[in-house]
Amino acid sequence: MEKVRMEVPDPIVNIIGLSLYYGKTKALKEINLDISKKRITSFIGPSGCGKSTLIRCLNRLNDLIESVTIEGSIQIDGQDIYAPSVDVTELRKRVGMVFQKPNPFPKTIYENVLYGPRVLGINKKSSLDDICENALKRAALWDEVKDRLHMNALDLSGGQQQRMCIARALATEPEILLLDEPCSALDPIATSKIEDMLVELKRDYTVIIVTHNMQQAARISDYTGFFMLGELVEFNITTEIFTNPREKQTEDYITGRFG
Amino acid sequence: MKKLFKTGNPYIWLTAGTLTISLLMICGLIALILINGFGIFWPHKLVRFTLRDGAVVLGEIAKKESIPHKKDAYRTKLKVGNRDVFGMDFRWIDDADIVSHELPHDALAFERREWGNMYGSLKGWKQGDDIKPVSPAEMTAMLKESWGLFKKIRSVEKKEIGNINYRMEKNRLELKRLSTLPPTTGIQKKIATVNARMDVLKKAYREKEDILTGLHQKAREKEVVALLADGSEKTIPVFQIVRLYAPNTMGSFAKIGFYVAKFWEFVSDEPREANTEGGIFPAIFGTVMMVLIMSIAVVPLGVLTAVYLREYASDSSIARLVRISVSNLAGVPSIVFGIFGLGFFIYFLGGGIDKLFFSEALPTPTFGTGGILWASLTLALLTVPVVVVATEEGLSSVPMSIREGAYALGATKFETLWKVVLPQAVPGILTGAILAIARAAGEVAPLMITGVVKLAPSLPLDQHFPFIHLERKFMHLGFHIYDVGFQSPNVEAAIPMVYATTLVLLFTVLVLNLTAIVVRTKLKKWYSTASL
Repeated sequence: MEKVRMEVPDPIVNIIGLSLYYGKTKALKEINLDISKKRITSFIGPSGCGKSTLIRCLNRLNDLIESVTIEGSIQIDGQDIYAPSVDVTELRKRVGMVFQKPNPFPKTIYENVLYGPRVLGINKKSSLDDICENALKRAALWDEVKDRLHMNALDLSGGQQQRMCIARALATEPEILLLDEPCSALDPIATSKIEDMLVELKRDYTVIIVTHNMQQAARISDYTGFFMLGELVEFNITTEIFTNPREKQTEDYITGRFG
Repeated sequence: MKKLFKTGNPYIWLTAGTLTISLLMICGLIALILINGFGIFWPHKLVRFTLRDGAVVLGEIAKKESIPHKKDAYRTKLKVGNRDVFGMDFRWIDDADIVSHELPHDALAFERREWGNMYGSLKGWKQGDDIKPVSPAEMTAMLKESWGLFKKIRSVEKKEIGNINYRMEKNRLELKRLSTLPPTTGIQKKIATVNARMDVLKKAYREKEDILTGLHQKAREKEVVALLADGSEKTIPVFQIVRLYAPNTMGSFAKIGFYVAKFWEFVSDEPREANTEGGIFPAIFGTVMMVLIMSIAVVPLGVLTAVYLREYASDSSIARLVRISVSNLAGVPSIVFGIFGLGFFIYFLGGGIDKLFFSEALPTPTFGTGGILWASLTLALLTVPVVVVATEEGLSSVPMSIREGAYALGATKFETLWKVVLPQAVPGILTGAILAIARAAGEVAPLMITGVVKLAPSLPLDQHFPFIHLERKFMHLGFHIYDVGFQSPNVEAAIPMVYATTLVLLFTVLVLNLTAIVVRTKLKKWYSTASL
């Protein structure tokens, strides 16, 4: 299969020849991909194709799994994030992440959102209040919770919890925001709220989203990558992928012939 | 038949049946302890039997049973008291021998400081060789006076003389220490000042002793004469009487008042008469304090161990071996822990501390002998597996997604563990602590060789600096049950005490556990809402 490296404007992330093994199983096969700054890039593909694994490489969350080994390199702003000199916690502050299922800490909304800033060592009450308000506003949750910031986050609805998790990720002022199927556990209304919010966020952040929902990818993303069995089958501008796919597999998948 | 088994109903009955049996046995045990434990303070009627041989006996009916191999024949166990006169507290009487029985109105129960109860009637107040009749009001006044005297004697003995003794001991040790130093003029000066202080204390001591002798003299002054059931007379000092009551004429309210007073005495006072009478306050205090010290020691130890095992140690065969060993530690007989505590804590650690810090008192050990600290630490060792296992379970119940959430925000492993994972594991940790407390409060065997005594002269907590005396020996409810029930000179008379003490032990464990449960509920709320 011929691999053409898609040129994107103003790339912030360069993935070069990335392979990943779980023990002896090769889960990602020589991925080459550039991600454009302040755009939404979505990864689609059937379950187990490696798209979640890939975005977990971008903040090195796979380091937590002992059996994982990696070949190739990932550069963010030209710097290899797997270089020994890189401070992983610094990296994770620059690359925020939102997970498939909302995972609020069993604390108040306020404390949840400010967990990252507190880890960073910000302790001044007034600046913490500002950070909290800004993050919640960006996550389009402020109006719903401004009067009950000190309520337990677990009492929020699922969609609110997920937006709070996004606010929590934004509170550390990351450059890149990774979202791993953020809407898979939510109803259509909550989903559309999050989608609107993501489009807003594009102004300031580079957003990378993994989704099972092809309409979602088509609606919000600028670039889409289609993965299958650990390989990047096709990567292109979203409209191109959905209207004029180059690969047969891509076409089969997006037209619903399998997957 | 096959169909019936297929429905599964017989198995449900089986499981329900075993549950019922277990519950019934537990309820039966608790009911037995409750009835016997609560019943002992109730004033029982005094019965006078005239026997066939003409003898007259007076006492409380303790038990009635049928005589084996004889039809319709019963015998009665009568608590006749007056151990100093009759030589024993109880007497079995065949009902066939009883000619008549009555409830005399003038029958009195004398609760005495020594020799147990005495039953009889009051003849009068002894003045010289005369016996002057005494009215109930006069008697009450005399008892009140002797109670005041008793309190005064106790305060002089315990507080004032105790205080002087304490300071004299301090000075004695200081003197001993100074005598080991080279005798320069400065040291000799110091020795002189300490000696002067000693003289002052000795003088104060003699003064107090004189006061005490005077008080004891006064205590012997007033005497009353009691008429016993067999017609003999018995003279006893008023001071010897703790309580005087007439159970046959008492109304319900008087009985309730008596009950409450007795019960309060039991939980708030010190034991008398080789622990068979009086209260058990020092034992309650010792038990609670020991459990508290144990909790303070065991929770950090267990939690830190579990954190390393679960979060840092890789899942190697060594870690698994350690885990299995820790769990198996819970099955080691507690007496083995006691012997370990004796060898390690008392002889090795305590002996070492004595050599380093209390060398002037040697060869009298300070920490090198059983004490509440060593007993608590031994129990902490005994219960550490419970806390480790519970904490590990608590830690593993914190979902991976929560940890990932914290990592993704740039938290280090330590920050994640400390601020996100551990707070969520707190209920598990406290469950472990509750189980540890329940186990420790009821444990007796290891304590017997690490610091529990039959009668401790002072509590491990008092007004002398540094207030908490961890080296002191202490009393414990579990050991008290053993001691009173099986080691006392008058086991039969002590049976009610055993029941009552058991009841208090159960209640103490319950209260300790409830406290931990309340704390757990509070912390659960606190950790889910409070700031870090």
